[in-house]
Amino acid sequence: MKPLLELKDLRVRFRSRSSLSALINGDRDPFVDAVNSVSLQIGEGETYGLVGESGSGKTTLARSIIGLVKPQEGSIRYDGTEIIGMPSSQMKKFRGIVGTMFQDPVGSLSPRMTIRSLLAEPFKIHGMTGRDLGQEVNRLLEMVGLNRDFGSRHPHQLSGGQARRVGVARALALNPKLIIADEPTAGLDVSVQGEILNLLDKLQAELGISILVITHNLNVVRHITDRMGIMYFGRIVEQGPTSTMFDQPSHPYTLALLSANPEPDPDAVIDRLELQGEVPSLLNRPPGCEFHPRCPFVEDNCKSTFPEITQLSDDHSYRCHHPRHVE
Amino acid sequence: MATENVLEISKLNVGFATERGMLKALRDVDLSIPVGSIVGVVGESGCGKSTMINAIIGLLAHNARVSSGSIVFEGSDLLQKSERELRDIRGTRISMVFQDPMVSLNPVLSIGTQMIDIQYRDAISKAQKRARSIEMLNRVGIPDPESRLNNYPHQFSGGMRQRIAIAMALQAEPALLIADEPTTALDATLEVQIIHRLRDLQHSMGCSILFISHHLGVIAELCDYVVVMYGGEVVERGTVRDIFHRPAHPYTCKLLECDPARIVETTRSLPTIPGEIPDLANLPRGCIFADRCDRKIDICSEVAPSTSELAGHHWTRCHLAAAEPTA
Repeated sequence: MKPLLELKDLRVRFRSRSSLSALINGDRDPFVDAVNSVSLQIGEGETYGLVGESGSGKTTLARSIIGLVKPQEGSIRYDGTEIIGMPSSQMKKFRGIVGTMFQDPVGSLSPRMTIRSLLAEPFKIHGMTGRDLGQEVNRLLEMVGLNRDFGSRHPHQLSGGQARRVGVARALALNPKLIIADEPTAGLDVSVQGEILNLLDKLQAELGISILVITHNLNVVRHITDRMGIMYFGRIVEQGPTSTMFDQPSHPYTLALLSANPEPDPDAVIDRLELQGEVPSLLNRPPGCEFHPRCPFVEDNCKSTFPEITQLSDDHSYRCHHPRHVE
Repeated sequence: MATENVLEISKLNVGFATERGMLKALRDVDLSIPVGSIVGVVGESGCGKSTMINAIIGLLAHNARVSSGSIVFEGSDLLQKSERELRDIRGTRISMVFQDPMVSLNPVLSIGTQMIDIQYRDAISKAQKRARSIEMLNRVGIPDPESRLNNYPHQFSGGMRQRIAIAMALQAEPALLIADEPTTALDATLEVQIIHRLRDLQHSMGCSILFISHHLGVIAELCDYVVVMYGGEVVERGTVRDIFHRPAHPYTCKLLECDPARIVETTRSLPTIPGEIPDLANLPRGCIFADRCDRKIDICSEVAPSTSELAGHHWTRCHLAAAEPTA
């Protein structure tokens, strides 16, 4: 399979204190790694799910793909072209090919604009004013299953699900080949969540787009993604085909995450792997494997040596000294 | 009923005066919270969950009109109380945990300052208040609470912030804790930690909890009783096993079907509930769910169903249940 998007050893760092304060305090490295040596590939027409708790670097990763944050190291290739360091004029064009659905559906829509003008905005920004915008807007509204009357409404007049649909329509406006959906169903009810996910699936089947879904809802990931990656502390600790990951998780964090998922059955007996302790602060990175303070299977070498990536099969890899379910 | 209720809402009707007329946000809502139990509330956004909470704590918007009903808390009707009396109840007898702890905690004050500030009612020394705060943080599992009191909210992880919010809510040993989607922003492992912690605290402090969540898995695991709301009405309520194993109302059945966690085979097309929530300013004549119900009979669009009791503690508002009492 030809990768549409390829991330290699990506590292995004944020400054944690000013250079003066770092100098005074003798801090030689006043940065935190929000994303650290992340490599992943998304094929054409594929859905990739990125899972991890808040603060694990999922959103930063997504933002670096569309150039909203600058990575310090590594490469991001889209269809063979390097994106990091791209001049801003080209970057603008690139953002037309990649559609983004942001986390907060209502917050990402300007409250003073009508839905019609919000949907026409991408065309205007990208200088495509030649075509009949009214018709384009109607096409988009129809595509996401909203009545044309919605065009004259303002964002506050929409329900959460409808605002999501507008978000999908905006992401689709310029016929992208890749959609980045950051928590596309957070805060939605299960029935509306189903509608949005079905919509994305239908559009993917029709238009052949690739989707990067960022979420912490494992049930969603299980149903709609082809492959998934688990992020912890800025790294992908395990990635592989979704079905394999659910059947045979290797990394203890994956195992804990999967077993923690509460079942909608009051009598379910869940064999849980419970994690102890807290997520450490990015400012205070544990030595060795970053997961070791919380890991129930920790051994001595975990505390000192950082685990490299182990390739279990062509497309299943993990970072752990003592993986589970591996014979 | 033999069990005593800490809170009992009966026949509560709340409307909002809007330009389009009276928006009937809650209609004939009945709900009871037995002493020492956890009651879960589920329903789509816009079903009236927030209005109900606001009615309980007396924080309804200015255009709200309570036309009838009562909210009896510890033997007296909250709706008859003056603003002053309510203020004595809020934060001491009834307290609340909100969805996003970052928003409910003040970012410019240390946790210690905030925890001591909220004890302003108690005539004890500052050192005693501080000691009580430390003990509370200890109980919710914040390591090293004494020094952490000097930290600010941004220095804690999301899961810890939510636990601090819980500590603050429980500090006054309330009879009722209202938790409005407290785990939505957390990953599965932290979600499980929080709900176990809530259960333990509820046991040891003997309070009752009204727990609102979209996540059916969490409801099933945590709650003793479940209330299902739709379009401003309680359509079904019962024990957690009644609701998950013997759902009677078609909406409850649909809601359970829609949860991707209950679908064993992976599927790309998730079930949804077609249709929209009816306009609350312009209510349909018959059953509120009739338009979207696939088991609708003739009477449903004509006459609004009344609540019928199926078995002990299990009520539903549906014509079908009244027609076939063995359901």
